[in-house]
Amino acid sequence: MIAYLGRRLIQSLLILLGVSLITFALLYLLPADPVRQIAGRSATPETVENIRRQLGLDQPFVVQYWHYLTRLIGGDLGRSYIQRSEVTELIVSRLPASLLLMVGAILCELAIGLTMGLVAAVKRGTATDQTLMVASFVGVSAPQFVVGLLLLYVFAVRLGWFPIGGYGSWRHLVLPSLTMGILGAGWYARMMRSSMIDVLRQDYMRTARAKGLARGAILFRHALPNAILPVVAMIGIDIGVFMGGIVVVESVFGWPGIGQLAWQAIQRVDIPIIMGVTLVSAFAIVLGNLLADIIAPFIDPRIKLR
Amino acid sequence: MSAGVVDEHADAATKAVSRPVLEITGLSVGVRGEDGEREVVSGLSLSLRRGETLCIAGESGSGKSMTALAIMRLLPQPAGRIAAGTIRLFDKDGSTVELTALDERRMRDIRGDRIAMIFQEPMTSLNPVLSIGRQLTESIEAHTGLSHAEAQRRAVEALQAVRISEAESRLKQFPHELSGGMRQRVMIAMALALEPDVLIADEPTTALDVTVQGEVLELLRDLQRQHGTSVILITHDMGVVAEMADRVIVMRNGRMVEEGATADIFARPRAAYTQELLAAVPRIGSGAGRRASSEPDEMAGKDKVAVVNDLHVRFDLHGGFFGRVTRRVHAVEGVSFSIAPNETLALVGESGCGKSTTAKALAGLVPYTGGVTIGGRELSGLGGDARKAVRRDVQMVFQDPYASLDPRMRVGDLVAEPLLIHGIGSRQERRERVAALFERVGLSAAQMELYPHEFSGGQRQRICIARALALRPKLIIADESVSALDVSVQARVLDLLKELQREFGVAYLFISHDMAVVENISDRVAVMYLGQIVEIGSRDQVFSNPRHPYTRRLIEAVPVPDPSRRRTRFARLDREIPSATRRIGETVPKLLLKDFGGGHLAAVAD
Repeated sequence: MIAYLGRRLIQSLLILLGVSLITFALLYLLPADPVRQIAGRSATPETVENIRRQLGLDQPFVVQYWHYLTRLIGGDLGRSYIQRSEVTELIVSRLPASLLLMVGAILCELAIGLTMGLVAAVKRGTATDQTLMVASFVGVSAPQFVVGLLLLYVFAVRLGWFPIGGYGSWRHLVLPSLTMGILGAGWYARMMRSSMIDVLRQDYMRTARAKGLARGAILFRHALPNAILPVVAMIGIDIGVFMGGIVVVESVFGWPGIGQLAWQAIQRVDIPIIMGVTLVSAFAIVLGNLLADIIAPFIDPRIKLR
Repeated sequence: MSAGVVDEHADAATKAVSRPVLEITGLSVGVRGEDGEREVVSGLSLSLRRGETLCIAGESGSGKSMTALAIMRLLPQPAGRIAAGTIRLFDKDGSTVELTALDERRMRDIRGDRIAMIFQEPMTSLNPVLSIGRQLTESIEAHTGLSHAEAQRRAVEALQAVRISEAESRLKQFPHELSGGMRQRVMIAMALALEPDVLIADEPTTALDVTVQGEVLELLRDLQRQHGTSVILITHDMGVVAEMADRVIVMRNGRMVEEGATADIFARPRAAYTQELLAAVPRIGSGAGRRASSEPDEMAGKDKVAVVNDLHVRFDLHGGFFGRVTRRVHAVEGVSFSIAPNETLALVGESGCGKSTTAKALAGLVPYTGGVTIGGRELSGLGGDARKAVRRDVQMVFQDPYASLDPRMRVGDLVAEPLLIHGIGSRQERRERVAALFERVGLSAAQMELYPHEFSGGQRQRICIARALALRPKLIIADESVSALDVSVQARVLDLLKELQREFGVAYLFISHDMAVVENISDRVAVMYLGQIVEIGSRDQVFSNPRHPYTRRLIEAVPVPDPSRRRTRFARLDREIPSATRRIGETVPKLLLKDFGGGHLAAVAD
């Protein structure tokens, strides 16, 4: 187990290194010039060159990346060009909000998705099944800003059950979580349904019924743990999708997380922030996958970590 | 007064013996398919007496499993339903329950408690994510008011009853940690823990190795005797029927064709179908005189089709920090044999003994070390193209005729494919050749345009044989090629193989776990155990004078389809067959074969 974790951590670090290199290269190749953004339109060429030298952006790519990397290893993500403060501080101050949103969204998508998938599988071929599958399809295909705005209009503007935006109480959390969760719920519903149908066909399900067990025991003790396994593996991958969605949803709901930070940084070519947010997202994805892999043997004893 | 009470009890006891425990009248089961409802069981009536074993025998599609599922009310939903008839379960005190009229909740109380069932596939019939203990206790807890601790004690007793050692620690194990035979015992323990009135065993030993089958059957018999359980045993194997049954029901196409006491059915089968079925059953002893076994010294020096010399196949198991090789499966360890033209060499042994791996190495499907000479050419010295040409001489027919044909290709194209791969003939020539092959294996050329799913299992195996024959090979490797077929179909396919051998002089490497089939078709027999050959010789030498204890055990374990020769006791192995997985550096002791004369070699026990 410890050897396994060690190996996975080394792998994870290599992945993060790769992500940092690729992102850095892409930002370097970007036609937009961050110095112009900082200096403003009226700046003289000398000022522009001055700023460029100060930021080290006149150096060759390899040197720039090396500087970035050596500071990164020391835990320093650099300074924001525009906001004039440390990227690490900016991210740390905004991360809790994003994590909260992530937890809320995951709970939403699991609760909605797994229930829908389970019911659809059990009621396979009926009108209920078809309705749920159409609903899941809508969930998967509806753009998040549309879903967000729709939820805002109905539940905040019309019904007034939840605040229109902002951050603070659990009421603020509901609509953004739901917006993020609906997409995932659609996926999970479909996955859970097919996984569950597969499990229900297995010989051991017939054994369970032949024992005279109650329906609940058959479904929740015998079928669910087997069916949920591919879904658990999915949650790890899902964090990646989530990181993409967070940029949109945080903007719609005015949620002060790293998604909003990233959005502002992208508009102003604030390279250190973009790099920082990308690395944090990559770290979250790697960690999510690792967690999913560690959880799997607890559900299925046949899986061994090695 | 007191005498009267005793009398009443004795009376009740005799009544209980003669009274049926389960009675089925006019049972019809329908299954809805794409083209309407099909009747899979029609007008079946039977009664099961207390303490007896009733065998329902029949081939696939006879409706025997559907009958079992109907009794349990576990027909596939929503397609299956009981269309007509009654199924009555009698209690010891004389009260009756009509099972077809029960609602799901009351039926649940019956399942597992009054009627228990065990299934064919022990590998998949236990839930992989729940511990053995959990799976045992849950049914006990569901049907009794016992506490968890009491249920656990009961579970341990049940495991001990099926002779599982260290029962207590087994409770914490998971199904994948047990072998097939052990899992089936757990299934039996689970079924019998609540001492049901009726036990339905649906092909309980079909998926097991023959020696394990013997043990499990004996266990079932002992437990039945102890508890007085009535057993409905469903099987396609007439050997098992002869071994186990008090009474037999023979089914075909959903109908009962014959019913009677076991001895009568075997001695004087009345229905034509029963007669055919019994005639088709391969028996040890019936193969004798088929053809004089070729004398080995006469064969020596002649051109062998294939010579295998000191063949090793090992599979690496990875583990540790950087996925180093930590252990190896020694699947084949120094196997040597040769096959002459027109000869059938059978390779027998139980699952995991390396017989299929040997075949795959010979066909070039797994990497190996050692010498393989085909048609006089040593393969290791040849380049890729030359090797491909030599490989044409070796073709394979696999076990599962359903999985070994691409469902999206027409069968004519499937048979023509080997010709296409080796660039033989024009399009027209290939067509003609394939058409001739179809005729030869007992199909019509018109069927070339069809797809695999339009054929039965036996027909598909004929297609596979045609495909193997397409390149006119010198050697056909038949890997359990008839194991998945019903006996009557099996007999016909075996006849076809023999005919083809006479006609084309092709040699067979016939791999099988079924000693009776092997005895029927082979000229020489090699017995494999843990990757090595423990005995090899002519069929007569091996079957009439087996030298190695494992060979003897294999032969003894085969249930004889003759109730008058029922074995009283089967020698039990108190341990499982050891694993062929070894640590790096661990050496495998090489068996020394002793010559018993006439080419009969056997490992001598130390």
